[in-house]
Order: sequence, then C-alpha cells, then structure tokens
Amino acid sequence: MKNKIVSIVFLLVLIFTLWSCHTDPLLQPMPKNTDISFVQPANWPSPHYNFQNNTLTSDGFALGRRLFYDARLSIDNSISCASCHEQTTAFAQIDHAFSHGVRNQLGTRNSPALFNLAWHTSFFWDGGVNHIENQPIAPILNPVEMDETIPNVIAKLNADPSYRLQFKNTFGSEEINTQRIQKAIVQFMAAIVSNQSKYDQVKNGKASFTADEQAGYILFHQKCNTCHAEPLFTDFSFRNNGLPFSLDSGRAHITGLASDRFKFKVPSLRNLNFTKPYMHNGSIASLGAVLDHYTSGLVPSPTLDPLLQNPITLSATDKSKLIAFLNTLNDYEFVKDLRFKQP
Amino acid sequence: MKSNLILLSILCVSLFSCVKKDDPIDANASSNAKVTFSNFVGSQPLTLQTKWYNNANGDSFKVNVYKYYITNVKLVKSDASVYAENESYHLINEADVNSHSFVMANVPEGSYTSISFLIGVDSARNTSGAQTGALDPINGMFWTWNSGYIMAKFEGVSPQSTSMDKSVVYHLGGFSGPNNVLRTVTLTFPTTMIVKKGTTPNVHIDGDVAEWFSFPNVIDFAQKPLLMTPGKDLVNIAENYKDMFKVNHID
Repeated sequence: MKNKIVSIVFLLVLIFTLWSCHTDPLLQPMPKNTDISFVQPANWPSPHYNFQNNTLTSDGFALGRRLFYDARLSIDNSISCASCHEQTTAFAQIDHAFSHGVRNQLGTRNSPALFNLAWHTSFFWDGGVNHIENQPIAPILNPVEMDETIPNVIAKLNADPSYRLQFKNTFGSEEINTQRIQKAIVQFMAAIVSNQSKYDQVKNGKASFTADEQAGYILFHQKCNTCHAEPLFTDFSFRNNGLPFSLDSGRAHITGLASDRFKFKVPSLRNLNFTKPYMHNGSIASLGAVLDHYTSGLVPSPTLDPLLQNPITLSATDKSKLIAFLNTLNDYEFVKDLRFKQP
Repeated sequence: MKSNLILLSILCVSLFSCVKKDDPIDANASSNAKVTFSNFVGSQPLTLQTKWYNNANGDSFKVNVYKYYITNVKLVKSDASVYAENESYHLINEADVNSHSFVMANVPEGSYTSISFLIGVDSARNTSGAQTGALDPINGMFWTWNSGYIMAKFEGVSPQSTSMDKSVVYHLGGFSGPNNVLRTVTLTFPTTMIVKKGTTPNVHIDGDVAEWFSFPNVIDFAQKPLLMTPGKDLVNIAENYKDMFKVNHID
C-alpha cells in the first residue's frame, strides 16, 4: 500500500513536471545572447543618450536587432539596415564608396560605421538628424536607400504574429507604431559599444603599446587629437578637411550657412581596419593615402578648417608609426560579438 | 387670496428657475471646452482641389494640401489665471473634417476671455526623439533629412508658378535661431466663454489662407513657387500667417 502511494505521488510529480515543460515556443525566453546591458566604459564621458524614456531590455534589444536585420523595412523587401551596415566591418560597408539601395540605386555618401552611437549628438555626415531616435526612419524613407513608407512597414510587421508578440513583450501591447519601431531599433543601435581595442586594454592597464605604437600615440597627440578627441576619437564637430571640390555642400545643406559649406562630421578613428574606403564620399582607399592627403593633398577653400591651413608635417617613418597606433584602435571583439549578430 | 396664491406660485417658479440659471461656478470642478477651426481664402470657405482663388500678388491658385499644427493651447480666465492643455498637440488637416476640432478636458469651470496657441510644434518636441499621436512622422509633417516638424504645409497649383509642373509648395519648418517659424497667436474672445459642468462651449476660429501670401511680405508665385527648407523666405511667410486667425463666435 505504501509503495502504491509513493508510485502515485511519483507519477503525479512526473506528469506535472512534463506538463510544465510544455510552453508555447513563441513564449520561450529569448536566447541568451540578448542579455544586454549598457555599461559605461571607465574614463569615458557620460553618453548623450542614456535610454531615458526607452529603457533598455533584452526584449527591446532583440526586437530592435530583428528590425535592423529585416529587409521588410525596404519597399521590395531587398535591403535591410544591415545591408549597408555589416557587423563584420564595424557596421560600415567595406570597399563600397557608396552603398546600394533598392533598385540598384547608389547612395550619395559613404555608409558610416555604427558603434558608440550613444555618445553622438547628431547623425549623418551632415548632422541633419538631431536625435538618435529620429535616425532609423530616415534611410527607410530615403528614395535611394529603402524607399519604403511607414504605413507599409507597419502593415508588414503587423502581418507577422511573431513581431506582434515581440512588440507586446517590449512595450506591453501588440500595437506597432512609428515611435515603437524607432525606440526598438535604437535599443539595438545605442547598445553597440566598441571599447575592447588594444588601445582600451592599454588604457585599462591590461596591455602595453609596442615602441612604434607608443611613438605613434605621441604623434597622434601632436597632430590629430584636437578633432579626433579621445576616448571616442571624434569631437563630433563639423569641419572641412580639404578634400577636392564636390557638389555636396555637407553641413551647409542643413544650416543654410555659407560658412558651413563642405563641412562634414569628424568620424571616429576607431575600427579603421574595417571601414575603408574613408571620408564622407569614400574617396580615399587606404590609411596611408589619408595621411598623404593631410601632408600634401589639402585643397584650399574659404571654409577649410583653421587647423589645416598648413599641411600636417609627417615623415614617412612618422606615418608608419601613426598607422601602427591607429591599428591599436581596431576592436576585434565587437565585430564578432554574438549579441550583435543577425538573429 | 386666489391672486396672492398665483403671485406666490409665480415667485416660487421664478426663484426656482433663477437658481437653476445661476448654478454657481465651482472653481474646483472642471469640464470640457472645444475649439473648431474653419479655413477660408479671404471670405470664401476653403475648398480643396477644385476652387480657384487669387493671392495678394494677383496670382491665381488652387489648394491641394493644407495642414498646420496647433499646439500648446491655453485658455485665459477673466482673473488672468491660465488653463494649459496637457499634451497639447493637434494637427489640423483640411482634408480630414474630424481633425478640424478638438475637445480639451479638465478645464476648470469659470469665465474665459482669451485663447492662445502656437502655430507649429515647440522646439522641445523637435529635439526629443521619437514622438507619437499628432506628432507621429507618419502624418507626413516631419523632415527626416533635417530633423524637425513641418509646422504648416500648403501645396497647390498656380498658372503663374515657374516650377516644372506649375506647383506651388510651401513647407514651413525651422525651429531655432533666425530660421524659427514658430509663432504664438493670442485671440481675445468676442464674448466670455463660460466653462461649466454639463456644457461644452465651442470656440469657432476662422483662418485665412490668403494671409500666408499678403502682409507684410507679398509672395509672388512666379518668384518663389517652392519653399521647403528653413530660412528667411519661410520666416517671411510665418510673419504673414501669424495674423491669419480670428475668433468668429463661441457657442
């Protein structure tokens, strides 16, 4: 009799255990690689965007990442954000001066790398977008990029029950609207932090520069640091760095000021190994050629930056040392971070 | 005796009805107030797509799209106290009759003598990231290439236009510095508006499209058929249209 009771209890426990294992596959917890948090690197300034009114959660991050990689955001379902922003190349597009939009159209500026965006105060080469949450809709609507409409995107996402569930998990209800799309994509974009380069290891006392790298670092401080300020390696300002004349008026397109003509946002020098070609128009193919531009290729014009009125002086050895230092800014960890990969 | 009774009855009835009529305003209670916008060109009601009008320069035109933001609405009482609507963002779209009016809730009971509002979206909301409702970019009133709202939008055609397809397009945007097209409008009511429980007074405001192009800056459709980037030309139109509204009546 006692054995019988034990058997029944055991059976009940077994049934209960098996039953509780059965859950809706859609309701299973997200894969581990969405465990996300925003940790401000030591000795960095406070981020400009701190997820206020858009609390970073694993659900929101996973939704944003899915949207980032989803070609349904384009009119013919062919182009996603990731088409021109590939993780393996620091979310830039290597070897493309201009990226391709829908219907084989070419863009007009070099696809910028995406990392440490939470520190940026404006977006695009001309700084036309004043808030990170307003950035994602611009390429969606741009006729030479994704050329889609917001109502179409919402309809496509609504047609997919798994998206409705993700919006519910993130925002509390299934409603899909522009604001939620913007905020979700930003949960992904703003969480991409690149701070694991050799330079960062050195700063944290976990590695040391070689003699050439150290010499390059000193040269960097003498010649480059004003615009490409540490630790983000940009001061986020707009400057004319003396490229040959082009029709793209840059910052002036936004401000309407003649004094802003041909000025573009100073790019970060992190991850240069992944992001060639360089400059807003992708016109310079190698780091060596970039340095040659600053020593002997500057084109004078009324808005040429005051710091570049005279060419930068660098010997051939200086250049190789400077490049040795710049190569310590490549972050080989974040380009393969599983959390940022296509889901 | 009989007549006394009659008189007494009349007195009672009068007193009773007097009490009803003068139901005292409860300063701690609140009710609703409505605002309705009607758009005109001069004295003629605005009709999209089909009707022809003339501007001050003598150019003729039709209107295809006409939208503007009314935001930060405030009602001012006779004692100068102010009611400011919460989340006060309204997009008036001529093509959508439902958008022509809105009801403001939780307006304290009392006598109101004027209304004020902003034509356009305050600079704070132009720089605060993703918005929703009337401010959702889906409404076609947001510049994605140069962050900021189109405060007011006029699109039409004119034989005098020098654009390729004879269109005339004015997108009023710009929220900072010399390019700021935001304008505050204050309108005094012709009669006091009483807000009290059980009623929803309706402020009828007329807007005149012709004002965009007339005073002080006459707009010549041949010279400036397309204005869609922040700058002095758009500020000139804002200076014109800041006087386009008047209160017709309150009922």
